[in-house]
Amino acid sequence: MPFTNRFDSATLVEIYRRMFLIKHNDDMVHAAAKAGRLNLIYYSPRGQEVIPSALSVHLNDEDYICTIYRGVHDQLAKGLPARLIWAEYAGRATGSCKGKGGPMHITYPEGGVMVTTGVVGSSMPIAVGLGLSSQVNGNQRVTVANFGDGASNIGAFHESMNLAAVWKLPVIFMCQNNRFAEHSRFEKFTGGGSVSKRAEGYGMVGVTVDGNDPEAVWNAARDAVARARAGEGPTLIEANTFRFQGHLLGDPGDYIPADEMAAARANDPVDKVRQKLLDEGHIDEAALQTLEDAVRQEIREAEEFALSSPWPELDELSTDVFDTVSEPLSSIPVSA
Amino acid sequence: MDRITVGQAINLALHDAMQFDSSVIMLGEDVADPEGGGVMGVTRNLSTTFGDNRVRSTPIAEQAIIGAGVGAALAGLRPVTEIMLMNFTTVAMDMIVNHAAKLRYMSGGQTGVPLTIRTMTGAGAGTAGQHSDYLEAWFAHVAGMKVVTFSTPADAYSLLLGAIFDNDPVLFIENITDYGTSGPAPERGKVARLGEAKVIADGKDVTLISYGAIMKTVLKARQALAKEGIDAQVIDLRTIAPFDAQTLIDNVSKTGRAVIIHEAVTEFGVGAEIAALLSERLHGKLKAPVRRIGSNFSAVPFSKVLEQAYVPSAGSIQEVVKSLMG
Repeated sequence: MPFTNRFDSATLVEIYRRMFLIKHNDDMVHAAAKAGRLNLIYYSPRGQEVIPSALSVHLNDEDYICTIYRGVHDQLAKGLPARLIWAEYAGRATGSCKGKGGPMHITYPEGGVMVTTGVVGSSMPIAVGLGLSSQVNGNQRVTVANFGDGASNIGAFHESMNLAAVWKLPVIFMCQNNRFAEHSRFEKFTGGGSVSKRAEGYGMVGVTVDGNDPEAVWNAARDAVARARAGEGPTLIEANTFRFQGHLLGDPGDYIPADEMAAARANDPVDKVRQKLLDEGHIDEAALQTLEDAVRQEIREAEEFALSSPWPELDELSTDVFDTVSEPLSSIPVSA
Repeated sequence: MDRITVGQAINLALHDAMQFDSSVIMLGEDVADPEGGGVMGVTRNLSTTFGDNRVRSTPIAEQAIIGAGVGAALAGLRPVTEIMLMNFTTVAMDMIVNHAAKLRYMSGGQTGVPLTIRTMTGAGAGTAGQHSDYLEAWFAHVAGMKVVTFSTPADAYSLLLGAIFDNDPVLFIENITDYGTSGPAPERGKVARLGEAKVIADGKDVTLISYGAIMKTVLKARQALAKEGIDAQVIDLRTIAPFDAQTLIDNVSKTGRAVIIHEAVTEFGVGAEIAALLSERLHGKLKAPVRRIGSNFSAVPFSKVLEQAYVPSAGSIQEVVKSLMG
């Protein structure tokens, strides 16, 4: 079941727990990479913690998400165990994809993380298909397609929005607008200057929210999930946020103006939500530290698990190209 | 029903698959009855029989069609998608190559994509360069994709069932001029095992390896060669990827000569892969070099005169075979 249906203290604390998990995980990945314990291609989600944290409290394990190479925040918020992510980052046999997918292709169908794609925009057509399965099967599952502002300019965006709209599919298109498409400013390459306004052209509900405001994202997600479950079709949410790092690990991000970066970091959503919890009395400092310590422990164990895990056997090289386990059908019953 | 056309066989396979398994759905441009049941009428009556929840016409949006198929397949359905013409697969290549083909491997076997992509192509209908290409080699080159085609209505039926109930993505190639071709009716309910070639005519002098609608031309060449005392064996590949290497090796090792014929252009084609395999495995046993015959290395031309000259003819096959017999 979703965590709660009211934006109360418990909800905000849980959103913060997921945000802190994302931030601390990111800190530890950076530390492990810097120290040479991990050697990986990595796209930091720092600065974007609120979006999946406030969205995912509305989702069940059975609900689906598709995400992109910058997707570890979406995966963690959806409940993908950190140890499986770390072991995959380390290329070990115990990784979520047995070390064969890597950081850009984390998959965990057990928790609804169906696809992590390395191709800009490609989370959307597949999310439409997952949404289609809910409609064909007549179930209540919702699918979230996560993508960045850059992906709003690729053809897959248009084809997916249109098909989801004409079939009224239970899909939430979550555009995490972090203001930069790789190295390029959002405004420079986005006609009309708004992603969510494009929804109107498809006959779909489109909303813009402050992606660093947990309550705003929580409200927009609640409405979108309710709309999807009621069979009233898709929603396009544009959640505005800001990326704290370059495009990928090792990119200093010099193309991001220093004053904008400084302002964004001064308003770190993780710090702000933490302060809000204390200021408004949702939780006390001691309980908060207990919660954070549990996250630290989880990530410490994840790293230990990953780095002590075995490498894949070499016969994995050609395993899983095709299904070689199931016996194919030789006949089916027919009636005239 | 003793005889059946290719179009009827495909329709029957889709019908039987949907009746047997409620997870089989269909997506494609104009496939449902309000839109005519397919531009060639191949999917006629299926939406009426199985309902518009399971048989859906789509917008003209190939990336969305295949993406919807991939997502639905990940969720446990068996979508049969239709890309009207093989050249239009280019619009959906990211979904096919980067996603459908690879998700099983990249997920470490956690997910799979039991997706069928039906598509038609071929010269002969005057549709020229953007509606007629045989592009099977592109797909065969990607690990994780299966590629299937047929040369008889009975095989069209059983191979399509094989494709639909396979747990991996299958590109199923039909020929635009071939839907009216008739032949013996299939055994209802029989599901072909993918990856098995078939010797469809025996012979001791040379092995002709081919697949798809051009098989008619190959069989015509075989008859003409017989009149000249050359006894040609014919193998129908049926599954292009992964192909049945063992059947090819076993048979070519007996005849000592092999010619691969396909409608795709020769250059970098399926014939090159098979020729290389046979040369590697049977070097020293071959009585002549392995030869390839494909279409002219150009776009498919429009003018009837040029279009006919573009594709391999029975005469060109006979010439090549005779040159190997010395």
